[in-house]
Amino acid sequence: MALVVLAFGAIAAALAFMTIGVKGNWDFVLPFRSAKLLGLVLVAYAVATATVLFQTVTQNRILTPAVMGFDSLYVALQTALVFFLGTRDLASVDMRLRFVLETLLMVGMSMALFYWLFLSRQRSLHLVVLAGVVCGVFFRSLAHMMQRILDPNEFIALQDMLFASFNSIDQQLLAVSAVIVLATAFVSRRLLTKLDVLALGRDVAINLGIDYQRVVLLLFAMIAVLVSVSTALVGPITFFGLLVANLAYQAVGTDRHKYTLPAATLLAIIALVGGQTVLERVFGFDTALSIIIEFTGGIAFMLLLYRNLRR
Amino acid sequence: MIDIHNLTKTYDDATVVDDVSLSLPESGITAIVGPNGAGKSTLLSMIARLIAPTSGRVLVDGLDVQETPGAVLAKRLAILKQNNQVGMRLTVSELVAFGRFPHSGGRPTVEDERHIGEAISYLGLDALRGRFLDELSGGQRQRAFVAMVLAQDTKYVLLDEPLNSLDMKHAAAMMKLLRRTADDLKKSITVVIHDINFASIYADHVVAMRDGRVVLQGEAGDLMQEAVLEDIYDTVVQVREVEGHLLGLHYL
Repeated sequence: MALVVLAFGAIAAALAFMTIGVKGNWDFVLPFRSAKLLGLVLVAYAVATATVLFQTVTQNRILTPAVMGFDSLYVALQTALVFFLGTRDLASVDMRLRFVLETLLMVGMSMALFYWLFLSRQRSLHLVVLAGVVCGVFFRSLAHMMQRILDPNEFIALQDMLFASFNSIDQQLLAVSAVIVLATAFVSRRLLTKLDVLALGRDVAINLGIDYQRVVLLLFAMIAVLVSVSTALVGPITFFGLLVANLAYQAVGTDRHKYTLPAATLLAIIALVGGQTVLERVFGFDTALSIIIEFTGGIAFMLLLYRNLRR
Repeated sequence: MIDIHNLTKTYDDATVVDDVSLSLPESGITAIVGPNGAGKSTLLSMIARLIAPTSGRVLVDGLDVQETPGAVLAKRLAILKQNNQVGMRLTVSELVAFGRFPHSGGRPTVEDERHIGEAISYLGLDALRGRFLDELSGGQRQRAFVAMVLAQDTKYVLLDEPLNSLDMKHAAAMMKLLRRTADDLKKSITVVIHDINFASIYADHVVAMRDGRVVLQGEAGDLMQEAVLEDIYDTVVQVREVEGHLLGLHYL
């Protein structure tokens, strides 16, 4: 029921985004705006799904891949590539190929990290959070350090690569991202019931015959891919996933992934597409969507922490 | 039959379970007793593949638990640990339905629904079917989890301190229920238990552990001797016979 409402909301937001304030040639506006819309939808799906999957695996409602600093891993990776290879060599490689390679590298590294944090031993959640935050800071500092040493020209090229925003979604990457996202959507559809079992906790999941190690590694790989997609398209966004995931749990009133996953995605689409529409048509690009989203998301994060502390 | 061969678990330099070899029978109740830190729960977790042993093997009806696919084992062996915290918000019947996952793969059939209903009735939870777990008392929640394990319908059931959060009435009722389950459904139920008197009254077989080793294997009568108990628990226990049962008194 809630899903239907959310779906209508998402469609309405998309329609508004496509049609409001069109002046001049529709033949130009429609393809231009639909590419942008597709980008926003992909990011919405990637962030929402990565967050819900991550929260299921780690059995918490506060951690997200972004809070754990996994998009700063992506930034560090990008910086390291520019640092060691130089922009000229990088530019000679096809952007899409580079994206796929970077994603693979990202999957490998984050899986090693996830594995160490969550699987090699049973650790307390607090330790994992701390380690994640420290890792995040570490990767960010590493990236900063390399950026300082970089040749100024290279640095500007890198800035251009990193500081993507909701306004300037990388068109070239759209098709590749769409394919990757479809693939993960297919896999997560097949995992839906297993995800519900996984949410009962490691011991119960193993007891019920889930191949825990394998499923969790697969999920971590999917999360890494989705984080790469969203970071490559619009850059790091910290609190957005947290916001939509928790709103989704509230909205559908059940924890079944059959409902929470689509609900989170639809909410993310409403927030991104609707927000972008308002931003472009009402505020006339005067402010950045990411600022608004991070602001509300950050407040939601603190509220959640506060509620958990009081319990 | 569950065969345990030379099972050992060490963490860094601490040996928690030390070269345990044991057989758990095809039916009846087996009680594992022993003082805190004797390695009882670790042993149970290794049998149920929740913890990987440092060395040694566990065979369930000839299947090595470390190598057999989890889905196959889940139809033969079920475990319930203590302190079950579920992050999800679930009703009693939703939780019990998860017990059918190894059989249904998430798509419950009529047969599955029957098992779910039976398990719920068996534990007297009919009136609470639609209640959420976080609205239940500790004892009711414990019974809901036991119902889930029973719905799994496995030959072997391992329970780690099932009496933990139960009061006198519910603890006795739980042991009676396990007794009835073992007898009616011909299951092999292994319980880690702290109260030796429950073990004495309800268990067919007793395994006593101390410092990671099995120090006694036999019937309840073998355990309920003052000298044996003092040796295991390092404290004076007087044994008295009450209505045909041997009871240990350690309060004095």
